[in-house]
Amino acid sequence: MSGAAVRLDDVTFSYGETSMAFDLAVGTGSIVAVMGPSGSGKSTLLNLVAGFETPASGRVLIGDLDATTMSPARRPVSMIFQENNLFAHVDVANNVSLGRSPSLRLSPKDREDVAAALARTGLTGKERRLPAELSGGERQRVALSRVLVRDRPVLLLDEPFASLGPALRREMLELVRELHAERGMTILMVTHHPDDAEALADQVAFVDEGRIAAFSAVEEMFSASAPAAFRAYIGT
Amino acid sequence: MTRDRRILAGISALTAIAVLIGGAFAGLAWEAFSDWSGALSAFNAYLLRIVRFTLWQAVLSTVLSVVPAMLVARALARHPAFPGRGLVLRLFALPLALPAIVAALGVLALLGRAGLFADVLTAATGARWQGIYGLSGILVAHVFFNLPLATRLFLQALETIPADQWRLAAQLGIGARTGFRLIEWPVLRAALPGIAGLVFMLCVTSFTIVLTLGGGPRATTLEVAIYQALRFDFDPARAVTLTALQIVLTAAVVAVLIRLGANMTGDANLPVARRRPVVAGKFEQVANGALILAALLFVAGPLAATVIAGLRADLARLAADPAVHAATMTSLLLALIAALLSVALSLALTMARRAVELRRSSSASPSLLERMLDTGAGFVLVVPPIVVGAGWFILLRQSGNVFAVAPIMVITVNAVMAMPFAIRAIRPAYDAASVRHERLCASLGISGVNRFRLVDWPSIRRPMLMALAFAMALSLGDLGVIALFGSDSVQTLPYLLLARMGSYRTEDAAGLALFLGVLCLLLMMLVDNARRRR
Repeated sequence: MSGAAVRLDDVTFSYGETSMAFDLAVGTGSIVAVMGPSGSGKSTLLNLVAGFETPASGRVLIGDLDATTMSPARRPVSMIFQENNLFAHVDVANNVSLGRSPSLRLSPKDREDVAAALARTGLTGKERRLPAELSGGERQRVALSRVLVRDRPVLLLDEPFASLGPALRREMLELVRELHAERGMTILMVTHHPDDAEALADQVAFVDEGRIAAFSAVEEMFSASAPAAFRAYIGT
Repeated sequence: MTRDRRILAGISALTAIAVLIGGAFAGLAWEAFSDWSGALSAFNAYLLRIVRFTLWQAVLSTVLSVVPAMLVARALARHPAFPGRGLVLRLFALPLALPAIVAALGVLALLGRAGLFADVLTAATGARWQGIYGLSGILVAHVFFNLPLATRLFLQALETIPADQWRLAAQLGIGARTGFRLIEWPVLRAALPGIAGLVFMLCVTSFTIVLTLGGGPRATTLEVAIYQALRFDFDPARAVTLTALQIVLTAAVVAVLIRLGANMTGDANLPVARRRPVVAGKFEQVANGALILAALLFVAGPLAATVIAGLRADLARLAADPAVHAATMTSLLLALIAALLSVALSLALTMARRAVELRRSSSASPSLLERMLDTGAGFVLVVPPIVVGAGWFILLRQSGNVFAVAPIMVITVNAVMAMPFAIRAIRPAYDAASVRHERLCASLGISGVNRFRLVDWPSIRRPMLMALAFAMALSLGDLGVIALFGSDSVQTLPYLLLARMGSYRTEDAAGLALFLGVLCLLLMMLVDNARRRR
């Protein structure tokens, strides 16, 4: 499975008093860091792609599909949140298996894939643990294993490593980078850390007040020629 | 450090509670020793039947309240935006504010012999409708009270589920049934023992409902039997036996409750996202709507019947009735004094607990005194008002006129019974204010009355008012102690209501029920407003 292009075509959305309008085209297999102040609409952008929010107008295109009104489950998308990625009363292996079958009916091949995904993320031997018995980093590894088992062309990351320490965060970013090299999925990652963007992303989308205020290559965004608002946001 | 006056106040409050409960136990023990053969001979088949009925009706009431409540709560949780949801939740808060006797009258006004549904039920059953009495009446009234309570508690539990989990379920394509098993059931199951235990406890100690709706010896609970032993048969020895059994029973239930409560562990997830997408299908939406509507009608029925029957009564004549005037004045006065006493005792315990806590180093474990101040008021839950009343009734009966002490008994017992609720309102605010200001007060040397006026009062004024109104509503509607100690010379509104019911002046009773219900609701609205503005 390789990636798929993601396009938000004149998408508008309103939530209470705030209104947003996004126009964005992300190329197949690229990694985009979505950055911007709190409340600017970064998470809403991801939720529109995942289908948790429906646009008031415009279209959401994933690959060749018009996904605008598609239910979240049918979209070729996986998402990882900052917390609560696992069902608390379900063990590690089944949490991953849910990515293959929502009713937990698995073929022998499915079981092999689950075991392989857990091995790939370094969780072998922890299959029967409950989420509460894992560290924060391990829980996010379980979520990544499920992404591997689901094998969808687009991966959305909503500040998935924000609550981890610096060393652990670097380790997780490295793991995501490796998985991207193996699978080639398109990744949109919300983050507040310039380090994350520089370590992983090809491009940065700067979201400000419900708009895509800038969208350029990483090198350009972290150079002196970046837009003033973005430089003010990251503090350079 | 000088001796903190707050601790002294707390010790005085504890002593007052100890005297009240200790006096009751002394009365019971005295009677048991002086007539132990009488107390022993009360252990007979009839007693066994009472115990069995007490437990049986509580089990049935709990099951009938808790199981539907789970489904209704789930339906409400799955449709956070359906029209009228706020109204339903408001309505579900009403039974809690209503005195039990008013609810009992409401059930009778709807399903009684002359109730609004009597003709329909006569036509449906083919025989003259005899009214809902006995076990079925008790169950309807208990479910009327506890279904809404349990629904609200389950809903609270369900709303702790992070929205991310619903998003995840939607993305993975998990259907309603698997979603229930993976997401909702674990939360409901964790909340179930605590909620079921609470409802069970309320039903085991329910007095007014059983007294008014239970019929004769076949549908009697321990509490009602205590009342009958003292007021009608005048058999103190039997009352002692019944009371001892009631205490053992409630203590056992509370012990189990505490054990269950301590067992509930949270998980490591933090709620992050707030909004949650609607995932219900068409069929489920219709089923949930029907479920909510059914619960709504069940709760609204007795409420509407109370209002309709109340308005049919000759309200003008009731308003001119001197007995009603006297009972209203007595009720308001006793309730106000009881509420003031309750708040004062609660405040004393709260301040003392905080002061003792501040004295010890944070690593040391709490002393016995601190723990007493902490949970002392909770003990009153083990000793129902009827039990305290019965103890004092037996103790004082030798000293001449038992009924003369009625006002003191009503005030003190109701004050202590309201304390757990009052403390729950006051303590968080006081402790929070103390955390902020304690060191500043110490460094500036502000203490005693000045400190209370300048520092504590502004931050606890509103919670104290809330506690006061709540305690007053509780006391206004109570028909526990007054049932034992009431007489023609000292009548409260619930007592007068019971008397009118007893002499078959049903219209008067309905009118009084409406009046009493409105009074309590007004007080509860005051509490609600204060809570929301905080």
